[in-house]
Amino acid sequence: MNLEAMSVDTVKDAESTPEELQPYLELGLKDDEYQRIKQILGRRPTQSELAMYSIMWSEHCSYKSSKVHLRQFGEKAPPSDRMLAGIGENAGVIQINEKIAVTFKVESHNHPSFVEPYQGAATGVGGIVRDILAMGARPILVMDSLRFGAADHPDTQRVLPGVVAGVGGYGNCLGLPNVGGEVFFDECYQGNPLVNALSLGVLPVDGLQRKEADGPGNIVVLMGAKTGRDGIGGVSVLASATFDDESQQRRPSVQVGDPFTEKLLIESCLELYAAKLIVGVQDLGGAGLTCALTETAASAGTGMDIQLEKVHLREASMEPHEILASESQERMLFVVEPAKLDAVLGIAQLWGVIATPIGVVTDTGRVRITFHGETVVDVPPGSLADDGPVYARPLREPADLILLQADRAETLPRPHHDFQLKDTMLKLAASPNLCDRSWVTEQYDRYVLGNTVLAQPEDSGIVRLDEETGLGVALSLDCNSRFARLDPYEGAKLALAEAYRNVAVTGAEPVAVTDCLNFGSPEDPAVMWQFAEAVRGIADGCQELGIPVTGGNVSFYNQTGAVAIHPTPVVGVLGVLENVAQRIPMGFSHTGDVLVLLGETSLELSGSEWAWVAHQHLGGRPPKVDFAREQAIAGFMQRAAETGLVRSAHDLSDGGLAQALVESVLRKGLGATVTLPVDIEPFVSLFSESAGRVLISVPVGHRQAFESLLAEHELPATILGQVDDEGADLTVIGHGEAGRFTVSQSELREAFSGTLPRMFGAGESGAAEAVTAGSPAETVLVVETVEITETVAVEAEAPAALLAEGEPFAEPSEPAQTDETERRAES
Amino acid sequence: MSKIGVVTFPGSLDDGDAARAARISGAEVVRLWHADPDLHGVDAVVLPGGFSYGDYLRCGAIARFAPVMETIADAARGGMPVLGICNGFQILCEAHLLPGALTRNQHLHFRNRDQWLRMENSSTAWTNHFAEGQEILIPVKNGEGCYVADERTLDELEANGQIVARYVRGNPNGSTRDIAAIRNEAGNVLGIMPHPEHAVEALTGPSLDGLGFFSSVLKHLADAKAAA
Repeated sequence: MNLEAMSVDTVKDAESTPEELQPYLELGLKDDEYQRIKQILGRRPTQSELAMYSIMWSEHCSYKSSKVHLRQFGEKAPPSDRMLAGIGENAGVIQINEKIAVTFKVESHNHPSFVEPYQGAATGVGGIVRDILAMGARPILVMDSLRFGAADHPDTQRVLPGVVAGVGGYGNCLGLPNVGGEVFFDECYQGNPLVNALSLGVLPVDGLQRKEADGPGNIVVLMGAKTGRDGIGGVSVLASATFDDESQQRRPSVQVGDPFTEKLLIESCLELYAAKLIVGVQDLGGAGLTCALTETAASAGTGMDIQLEKVHLREASMEPHEILASESQERMLFVVEPAKLDAVLGIAQLWGVIATPIGVVTDTGRVRITFHGETVVDVPPGSLADDGPVYARPLREPADLILLQADRAETLPRPHHDFQLKDTMLKLAASPNLCDRSWVTEQYDRYVLGNTVLAQPEDSGIVRLDEETGLGVALSLDCNSRFARLDPYEGAKLALAEAYRNVAVTGAEPVAVTDCLNFGSPEDPAVMWQFAEAVRGIADGCQELGIPVTGGNVSFYNQTGAVAIHPTPVVGVLGVLENVAQRIPMGFSHTGDVLVLLGETSLELSGSEWAWVAHQHLGGRPPKVDFAREQAIAGFMQRAAETGLVRSAHDLSDGGLAQALVESVLRKGLGATVTLPVDIEPFVSLFSESAGRVLISVPVGHRQAFESLLAEHELPATILGQVDDEGADLTVIGHGEAGRFTVSQSELREAFSGTLPRMFGAGESGAAEAVTAGSPAETVLVVETVEITETVAVEAEAPAALLAEGEPFAEPSEPAQTDETERRAES
Repeated sequence: MSKIGVVTFPGSLDDGDAARAARISGAEVVRLWHADPDLHGVDAVVLPGGFSYGDYLRCGAIARFAPVMETIADAARGGMPVLGICNGFQILCEAHLLPGALTRNQHLHFRNRDQWLRMENSSTAWTNHFAEGQEILIPVKNGEGCYVADERTLDELEANGQIVARYVRGNPNGSTRDIAAIRNEAGNVLGIMPHPEHAVEALTGPSLDGLGFFSSVLKHLADAKAAA
């Protein structure tokens, strides 16, 4: 190795040339930040040290703009016995029962996915999976929340197929089922798509791994892929700078993934954990080796001596600062007692993974890194990991917000006649944001590992953890960024409410929250205000719901030029089901079941999908959130799942009741007849996006048990109608001008299913007929549920009366029901 | 109790699921390791789905050379029932235990859906449970599941009744003549692209149709033992 040719900048050089000019500005460091580094070191930093500080003090790693706001998650968090690890760890850990815990987190990989969609998205999945792995858990699922520019924009043709193939390519090859997520289109994401990936892992309660590099004399081992030049500067240059016209030239900064290596790494790690062979572990993600070395040493209060030339390289010519900054994927760092080193290396060899001792833990309190004998780094690790700059950046409400909020969608002209309502229903069902997602989700393996109980398009993904007891988890990821644009505080609460409700409608108990906060530039006071409001909204909402935020991720600088994306606080809610066999799926499944709407509908059209599709309109104030109502729904649904009182449930969100009906009919192909309440304008019943509502189908026969459960939870409900035969139409009976309209399933299916294949390529040799069940919910179990129902219902109440069709049990539905009878007589 | 071996290669993903399916069907499951040529006394072998060796070079091309595969190939030629699912099917083709090859899906996407198959041949160790012409529903999930072979081979397969299952109500990957599964001439080796091991529990699968493959082989083994 010719060090001279490399002109490696050593500590000695730094001491002897204190005035040498350094490119700190180009690396994203401000003047005062550079001065502070000199102060900490008592000299100028070496080239390697400068690279390390620039990465660790970047927005991405240091959370320097968000820290002061994120504190609320801890301060407002309700006390939780379940939380074993929270914010600040790689991922939050939640205890499920006395033996099992789960860890879960959502993280962004936005900027790389714009530059190189396939690899950007793929390594986003790889990165979050390693976070989960580093906690000591076996990753068992992934989810993805994707946002793109306008569906018909030419660049979306480039970005979306690549991102979807990347999420699928990596997750499928790791053998992790993809059980849900979101796909959303809006022109604000044109130059800035969002790729947020979530993973969840399961671990024994006593199997939590630590990241601390404890025990001077212990060996530091790097395991996994070789280190290459990919991803260098990814953090400081890519993730912390706004896109401009040069972004196409940044391709080398995007990492390239190898899921096969990650799969072997996962199996190796789990064997190391099981055999209790390691003291500490940290994954290598953003900021690569720099972050892993300094964080593990800083958290233990120790130091390290590292010999950088021992790192396995893809390219021999790599310089020390490149090795330290590389974001090559599929690498983990371990701290190992010397006596156990051979056993660790043996397991790596069994799985064919490279493992290399690269240094030792010391008690010096300094991370010293040598390269072929020359010291190139000598820093206190805490100064990089913990003592980065913290900014309380200026906040200012966006200047246009008052006008935006005054421009309400409720004043837009809206249709009244039945034929118009039908037309609107079909148009919305076919719109890019509401149409069938199969084109995307069929590219993901949802079956692998054999524990997926519900997956997309269900409201939540549900995965079984224990085959013996049926214990399982439910997860949902949600955000309506249009609501957040209109009011970031309420919009964030709405995102939380929707994710919470999506988990709750399956009968699961929501227990914890993770979030991925995607915003524009924090240097813009208007964006910073949106961020502060959104964080406050989530923190207040969690406080009210009594569930903690366990971790998450902030992604700033999502903007093109001066234009920021809509504030997009994506919220993930985790729920627990004692027995997944009791889960309530979506989709009408039994002819004759009674359709009931839980919750109340108000005139709330601002920010709705209808306003956008029909009028390209965004203005007004978003729907109101009532967390007490959301909790009542959750309580009701949990009891209903235990007793089998509800056969299917579907949360009402984008597109309102109309869309919920379309999806519930098409899921299993059973029609429905619905009578809209007389006291609400039919259009509003169908297309308002009021929160706190669920469409359920209820088996006939348990009226009293059902009513008393509603009363117990103080939940308003309206009978809407009934489920009809397989293949039957969807009939909607309104009143006044709305009359009634009928939509056949073929009309519905054509509208709902055609959009994405038409836009992104049919990709089909002999076109497949729609196969009914998209997910594993089958008759056998529904029958079991009914049996449970009857026992419980009889115990709970006097002999259960038939919940006869048309027999009202809640006030608002009474006139509607009459109306239906009359109209039926007419027809 | 009959013993079914399930092989784990580096990159195997549905190995645990194949083991679960065999267990639910009433078999004793023995996990086999790619680097260990010993079959540990199993009566039948499942090569599971996944991306063995990262699917580098070609799907199944490296797995074919794994130490365990040499023993399995010999045993298969001697009549031991072998089922290759998805990546396992690809490995069987690479190992020349079955003719033809699996290539990239015609539409170039990975595709996961619940797929209808028509069972066309019951005279194999793995499908004797099914009626010929019976339609079953099991998941398909692959990126390279498009079966190809030259015309003569295809005609021979047809003539010999070696096409065991075809895709119906839509072909998910462009497979020639809608082929979803084929067998060797003897009928002990079966390669199938869709995943029977993911249709064995009502809670997690679209049907219970996958169980038929495992109960078939158990019956086949029991009959063989009775005859011996």
